[in-house]
Amino acid sequence: MPDVIPSDSVGIVSPQVANFETPLTLTCGQTLASYQLIYETYGTLNADASNAVLICHALSGDHHAAGYHNAEDKKPGWWDSAIGPGKPIDTNHFFVISLNNLGGCGGSTGPTSINLVTGQAWESDFPIVTVEDWVESQARLADFLGIQTFAAIVGGSLGGMQALEWSIRFPDRLKSAVIIASAPKLSTQNIAFNEVARQSIRRDPDFFDGRYQTNRTVPTNGLGLARMLGHITYLSNDAMGEKFGRTMRHEQFQYNYDIEFEVESYLRYQGEAFTKRFDANSYMLMTKALDYFDPAAQNNNDLSATLKKAKCEFLLVSFSTDWRFSPERSEEIVNALIKAGKQVSYAKIEASEGHDAFLIPIPRYMSVLKTFLTRVSNSLSREES
Amino acid sequence: MRSDLEIIEDWIQPNSRILDLACGPGELFHHLMINKNISGYGLEINADDLNTCIEKGIPVLEQNIDEGLLNFEDQTFDLVLMAHALQQFRRPDLLIDEMLRIGKECIITFPNFGHWRNRLHLGLKGRMPVSEYLPYNWYDTPNIHFFTFQDFERLCREKNIKVLRWAAIDGQYKNHWWIRSMPNLFSETAIFHITR
Repeated sequence: MPDVIPSDSVGIVSPQVANFETPLTLTCGQTLASYQLIYETYGTLNADASNAVLICHALSGDHHAAGYHNAEDKKPGWWDSAIGPGKPIDTNHFFVISLNNLGGCGGSTGPTSINLVTGQAWESDFPIVTVEDWVESQARLADFLGIQTFAAIVGGSLGGMQALEWSIRFPDRLKSAVIIASAPKLSTQNIAFNEVARQSIRRDPDFFDGRYQTNRTVPTNGLGLARMLGHITYLSNDAMGEKFGRTMRHEQFQYNYDIEFEVESYLRYQGEAFTKRFDANSYMLMTKALDYFDPAAQNNNDLSATLKKAKCEFLLVSFSTDWRFSPERSEEIVNALIKAGKQVSYAKIEASEGHDAFLIPIPRYMSVLKTFLTRVSNSLSREES
Repeated sequence: MRSDLEIIEDWIQPNSRILDLACGPGELFHHLMINKNISGYGLEINADDLNTCIEKGIPVLEQNIDEGLLNFEDQTFDLVLMAHALQQFRRPDLLIDEMLRIGKECIITFPNFGHWRNRLHLGLKGRMPVSEYLPYNWYDTPNIHFFTFQDFERLCREKNIKVLRWAAIDGQYKNHWWIRSMPNLFSETAIFHITR
């Protein structure tokens, strides 16, 4: 943490836990008898509970979106650049909720939690969860917090899919959906990347079919590889070139398999660092949730007919060099919304950072987000008066 | 409001669903939202204008019109509007076709290059006109097609496009009788309301 907390930071925050005893039947058919969700909140809920904003995290995110947990924290939450007093998701006006999704490893019920039936950790027995299941559990968290309607539900990538699902599943429970660098379903190529990530985990001898906790191992090689692959796809060719070029570790080639180029060192470091903070079974689950998401499937693959139900207004944002969730994928959602006659605005942000751009405070991106959400917040106060 | 925008407002039915191409900062769209309860979208590629539209609550889409409008289905808007922009696109003729495919009617405004001052400038000075109204040099102008009131009328005839009504105004946005009687000579801005 910096010595002085910046005035636009939410400061020191503490996660909270909500326990749910009502069974949750999942899309896969299994039922979670009880579960807990860990979450953080920033800002103050207003008297009529109309100023809540839900943040939905992506593949490797968690509930810690903004601020610091303690003075020793080196880094703030994963979306600190966008959440705080005066920032686009302005905690002077909004009550922001960020949770860790079911199946995650940040403190919500997931593979590393104890299965109360067996008394052992769930590990790979944890049922497959879907975006729909997450949205259902998020709605229960909203009930628990006394929030009937969200002013906005915001998410990037897999988080954007949750915001989209909210608009269809609970059309009366949100005023606006902000869907960033997302897609109405994964492309074949995206599913293929996910499968390579999963295979690299599953083929790690330390994985033990997901029972590595029982076997007192960690499939660090497999999970690290999965993350390395992910990182390549989150960056654009240009961004990688700019960042590392062909910069070498030594002055001359070593003609061996040790690190020659800086990019190799970066990937190895990222892979390894990730294994210290993320659980392999959770990673497998999150990639499956991505693969399965396809809200139009039950509707003859007609996304626009699926979105007819939505009542909120939409903001979609994409980034020019994002090839994992390209602008064309966001435009599929935009066009389906146009066809369904919905209120939608769309901005395609010029950015060199690829898919990662959605986590980076690019000025135009932040400005679009702030402008949209300021209007959402102003319309709340108008309704109140 | 400028008087060309007032004229357009008078022509628009309340509650219309409108696609406003190259809507800029959304001045007209916003005015029509308030006064005519219209819905629809603006299209714009300028980042600042896009933000201004979002600020005003105009549903606005970042889309390059020159790359096509195929994401809009046939006859899904009551009106497709384009103010002061037709001269900036690659193929105005094909764009008009597209506009009439998407909308039941169109309103198009454009600078009339046949205005007497332009003719005088080119005729006497032998150089491309630069004025308060057309303030660019030939090499940096976004206006890549110059055409006149009559040119547009003629294109409509060739394409069997019906002109429902037209208006012609001068640089002060006035609509004098002499402009109405000789619009090709006296109008600086031409406004056409067309349909198939």
